[in-house]
Amino acid sequence: MYSKEHYIFLKKLKKEKIFISIFQFSIFIIFLVLWQILANLNIINTFIFSSPKKIFDTIINLYNKKNLFNNIWVTTYETILSFTIATVLGTFIAAILWWFKRVQKIVEPYLTILNSLPKVALGPMIIIWFGAGIKSIIFMALLISLIITIISVYDGFNNVNKNKIKLMKSLGCTKWQLFAKLIFPSSLGNIISALKINVSMSLIGVIMGEFLVSKKGIGYLILYGSQVFNLSLVISGILILCIVASIMYYLVSFLEKKLIKKDIR
Amino acid sequence: MKNILKIRNLKKIYHTKKTETLAVDDFSVDVKEGEFIAIVGPSGCGKSTILSILCGLENKSDGNIELSNDTTIGYMLQQDSLFEWRNILDNCLLGLEINKKLNEDTKKHVINLLKTYGLKDFIYSYPDNLSGGMRQRVALIRTLATNPNLLLLDEPFSALDYQSRLAISDDIYNILRKEKKTMIMVTHDIAEAISMCDKVIVLSDRPSVIKSIYNIELENKSTPINNRKNKKFTYYYDAIWRDIDFHV
Repeated sequence: MYSKEHYIFLKKLKKEKIFISIFQFSIFIIFLVLWQILANLNIINTFIFSSPKKIFDTIINLYNKKNLFNNIWVTTYETILSFTIATVLGTFIAAILWWFKRVQKIVEPYLTILNSLPKVALGPMIIIWFGAGIKSIIFMALLISLIITIISVYDGFNNVNKNKIKLMKSLGCTKWQLFAKLIFPSSLGNIISALKINVSMSLIGVIMGEFLVSKKGIGYLILYGSQVFNLSLVISGILILCIVASIMYYLVSFLEKKLIKKDIR
Repeated sequence: MKNILKIRNLKKIYHTKKTETLAVDDFSVDVKEGEFIAIVGPSGCGKSTILSILCGLENKSDGNIELSNDTTIGYMLQQDSLFEWRNILDNCLLGLEINKKLNEDTKKHVINLLKTYGLKDFIYSYPDNLSGGMRQRVALIRTLATNPNLLLLDEPFSALDYQSRLAISDDIYNILRKEKKTMIMVTHDIAEAISMCDKVIVLSDRPSVIKSIYNIELENKSTPINNRKNKKFTYYYDAIWRDIDFHV
């Protein structure tokens, strides 16, 4: 049982939350309505700016031609694939760099250069090496997400509490025990937050890759739309991308909550 | 009582790119079985270095360390360093896991220790739910789990507030006496050293050399908190205080 004040306090919290949600939702609705009104009154050119109704029709049209989920699936699949590879490979490489400090010192400048290089610049080369297909897209996405994964996971490995390491050593641990019992489990939170960045990085990479080479996917929809000057298609693509990106982000957040509850509490 | 540890002319030099620092010089001491020894000295004088060398975390630069054959060392640090993702029992089993000595018997032993020393209800709790004093007790049991007979305590209470500090030093004193352990403790707290130990070694400022050694002889020796009320306590306190080079 709580005191009366506590219930008033809880009520206040809830009220605040509802207030925020209503505002968030109404901004979106007002924006759509205003857009549609301006389009109806011919104040804005719908050929360039499109309109909510046109976008809605475009999406329905895509759906009817079985182009909607097809394209979403292609992009999602590519993102999941590169996300998984980047996470597993990145963590593995970070572990190797942790294990062999000397290797880390040697490759550090190369990692920094690769990380600061705008990956799009490599686009033309990637097409020639891997052909105009999914391989190029995955490679592009990997370039973008892998290096950042390596760097952030390695940082996590390296920032484990010094006293805990001292404790492990005073107990006479082997290097493998140090990694398996302390370094890895205590970096788990870090790895998961790397995943959060990674999922958006992979999506950016995939869309960039699709701009470069593909014949399918949301990136392709947007690019194709702009080439035939169908702005409704372009904006529909962006809208779908927004939805896909937020679903992916929330999935990873959900995973984070689950994992942390279980392992770190 | 037999000697379980003999240190002769221990020396430690630290090297950095720019300088080398003599941290410990000519440190010699004999430790008898069951003895409680405190090492006190100004902060940063190299007290902890001696413990680090004893348990093998650092190499000595020169000198001799002789451990009797059946001696094993347990090391307790200033921070409890409990792993948040392990429950209390699993934290205490860490040393056994690492040394591959984890079996039903050793596990039972650890559970018994936890039960005996007031952590019965927290065996499956996580470190976050424990107070600082309790966490320190868990850290001690983690150290005791591998059944060492010589314990090295490195400022074990300095992360705690004064009240818990008094209580837990009483606790740990009783536990170690009851389990018949030998102890070497590093501390900067003179009162703690006198009230808990049989012998207090005073070190000088860097480089640490032994300045004086006090055999603490209190009439009706009791637990640390009671020892603080002993008549001779003040005498030792003043003497040691004068011996420590203290400059602000």
